[in-house]
Amino acid sequence: MKIIRTFGLLAVLALLLAFPLLFGDPAVTTIAIFTLLFAGATVAWNIFSGYTGYISLGSAVFYGVGGYALALLCKAWNIQGGYMPFLLLPLVGLIASAFAIPLGWIALRSSRHVFVVITIAMFYIFQLLAFNLPGITNGSDGMFLPSPPWDAAFFNTPFYYVSLIVLLLCFFVSWWVRNSKYGLGLLAIRDDEERALSLGVKTGAYKLVAFAISAFFIGMIGALVNYFIGSLYPAFAFSPAFDITVALMAFLGGVGTLVGPLVGALLLAPLQQYLTVQLQIVGLDLILFGSLLLAVILLLPEGIVPSLRKTWTRWKASRGVRSPVAGSREKEEKALLAKGGREGNG
Amino acid sequence: MTLIIEAVVLGILTGSVYALMASGLTLVFGVLDIINIAQGILVIVGAYLSYTLEKYFHIDIILGLLVTIPALFLLGIGIEWAFMRRIKRDRVMISILVTFAVALVIEGLLNFIFTPNYVQLTAPYIDAALPVFGFYLPYIYLFGFLLSVVVLTLLYFLVYRTKFGFGLRASMQDRTAAALIGIDVERVQTVTFGIGVALAAAGGMVFGATNPFNAATSYDLISRLLVIIVLGGMGSLRGALFASLAMLVISDIIDVVWSPVWANVVFFALLIVLLLFRPQGFFGRLEGRKQ
Amino acid sequence: MNLLEALNVSKAFGGIHALDTCTVRVEQGSIAGLIGPNGSGKTTLFNVITGYERPDTGVIRFNGKTVEKPTPDKVFGMGIGRTFQLTRIFPRLTVMENMHVAVQRRGAASLLSRWSSSHEQRQALELLEFVGLTTLQDMPAGNLSYGQKKLLEFAFILIAQPRVILLDEPAGGINPTVINELRDRIRDLNRRGVTFLIVEHNMEFVMSICDTVTVLHRGTTIASGSPQAVRSNPAVLEAYLGG
Repeated sequence: MKIIRTFGLLAVLALLLAFPLLFGDPAVTTIAIFTLLFAGATVAWNIFSGYTGYISLGSAVFYGVGGYALALLCKAWNIQGGYMPFLLLPLVGLIASAFAIPLGWIALRSSRHVFVVITIAMFYIFQLLAFNLPGITNGSDGMFLPSPPWDAAFFNTPFYYVSLIVLLLCFFVSWWVRNSKYGLGLLAIRDDEERALSLGVKTGAYKLVAFAISAFFIGMIGALVNYFIGSLYPAFAFSPAFDITVALMAFLGGVGTLVGPLVGALLLAPLQQYLTVQLQIVGLDLILFGSLLLAVILLLPEGIVPSLRKTWTRWKASRGVRSPVAGSREKEEKALLAKGGREGNG
Repeated sequence: MTLIIEAVVLGILTGSVYALMASGLTLVFGVLDIINIAQGILVIVGAYLSYTLEKYFHIDIILGLLVTIPALFLLGIGIEWAFMRRIKRDRVMISILVTFAVALVIEGLLNFIFTPNYVQLTAPYIDAALPVFGFYLPYIYLFGFLLSVVVLTLLYFLVYRTKFGFGLRASMQDRTAAALIGIDVERVQTVTFGIGVALAAAGGMVFGATNPFNAATSYDLISRLLVIIVLGGMGSLRGALFASLAMLVISDIIDVVWSPVWANVVFFALLIVLLLFRPQGFFGRLEGRKQ
Repeated sequence: MNLLEALNVSKAFGGIHALDTCTVRVEQGSIAGLIGPNGSGKTTLFNVITGYERPDTGVIRFNGKTVEKPTPDKVFGMGIGRTFQLTRIFPRLTVMENMHVAVQRRGAASLLSRWSSSHEQRQALELLEFVGLTTLQDMPAGNLSYGQKKLLEFAFILIAQPRVILLDEPAGGINPTVINELRDRIRDLNRRGVTFLIVEHNMEFVMSICDTVTVLHRGTTIASGSPQAVRSNPAVLEAYLGG
């Protein structure tokens, strides 16, 4: 089993690396780039919102901050288009995290429902500031990011690979967190925060750190998207659609799981790109998107990955293969009978 | 100085309309544990409905309320029955996503039917204004205020003086206990959701008459409404009223004293500042809801 | 020496006076019982002591020192562990993971790995054995029966080696075999120096294990002393029959 898994992962990785070489058409690679970037954003969003259970609908703040940070850095340090701006990405991520600390500190003082509303409010404040601080952001005229000197056929390739690197890095961090003591603390916070607190988990610090990690990657991705597009406007840098889309992808795949956000994004991002570009009928994209979200939430409330896992477990159990759950139930019953007690506890 | 008085008066008048819309939102939260993100778009639906009645059937917008309010009440009941009811666990969080999804679908439908072009409700008396205190007070704002007063009074009556209202308040406090004393909690929930949406219809008409709107206006609207109910204390009707008035008055004062732009920023920033000192809002309860 | 004291604590919820100048003292090394008819304020007192509720008046003292503004984490730091009537465990985590949440680590770096030391693994396993849940360690805690959840909760609060353990209705809803086991565990720990304060309705359990019993009625202490003395106290009988 393990061998198949590792082999499969390597195959997928190889495919991902070879993708631009196999599919040269810029239209296809553009969709791929957006898919990778949204996947990264969803995985990053999940590191905080999925693991702690605090749904943030204001992550677009960091997305926009990332975009503007890159634009301003390029302007201030006179950086030309090309590979240089990519090197600035980690710095951009740190800037986004720096914003996340005070914002997170304020927002996390409240209960979960109020938290959601605060993130929405923060998002609006930043959007308004972007529109209304022309000294910094150039207001609604927007800003430009330096144009890379690559020709049309090659243009997407560096973006593809950088996006892939960011996604892999983000996924790796998510994996590491999930399997660490820290991640266990986050999951405990999701299940019963007060209880975790009463057992010595430093819930405040844990949440804030997750929030900052999430912001780091979302900031980088915001910068990448805007660099790819070439221009930056307040309405798009700080777009309400971002959080909805990311949340939908996470929920579709299975929020709070490791792989779920990835699955959700890989399924939904290409679809979304296709819809917004191809469909000319006004409003249809929203109707489809909303209906899809409804269907997913009502029919598969836990998302694809956990539902698949459950079906797999049930299928194995019905085949007579011992699943961990079924097995331990039997052992428990045997233990009880051995004690001479009655069947079942309480 | 007259500017400030004007701002205060206008703030109170527009605040009352927001109170209408926010009351629906906070009521639904109190009774169903649901944050109805679709409230914003439902207000717009009410506005568009009034618009359609006025434009194509020449029914005056005020009279039109006799149609739009019941219509949206039924729509609300339909939404609750079709979607809200299905949410079994983790109500607050899942409801945010479900109502968001419903809002998206409705937004798409509105865009499709009406196109994204801005419209505004018209009526012969909308532009007329009453001269008072040295400035002009548009009649429509006065009417909006009156409508809000009437509807909110009726609401108060319903919640505090009727048997249904008793059931509603009991369900708010403790669903299980309410069920145990014979209250049909499910029915209360469905009807409450309907009322919440009907209130959106009423608010929608006034909103549509005083603001150019399209489907996307709902984002701004729902954000403000959410801020208002959080500030007022989620589930508190008094809070919704107080917060609506306070927020709109402050916002309008900043608008004239400083600039319209910063008025918006202040609106959202006030939320954050207040929650730093009082996380439960003005009238909210600090302890969790008993079940 | 009184290890834990709640002095003149009052707490009202709206018009309901859950606690009314209530005083309870727990001597170090004892197993103290807290009983009283329904609604007498026992769980509220627990909540006040462990920082889940803020009292209107009164103080909590631990080891002779007043505790300023108790909160769950502060209380934990002082060495007080507490279980809940409706068990509070982490349902989506497995039994073993539940234990590991409670295992404390030194330093931020250690947070980055999960099973870093075999010592901690052993500690968790030992406690699971102590409560008899070893075979269920990979089961999601939410799937456990009520009694098993209680045992799990008991196990993970033990990890921090608390000096005082507050148990809220430990015998409620579980069968006699398990109750006996629980009784043995409590006695065991008590011999090793752990102090207990136990809220219980099961009179037989209280009488069999507690050194002292305090009786609450309508938010205030009406009797305190040995189980035998309390049992025959007329005020106590009146409270249970009349109140």
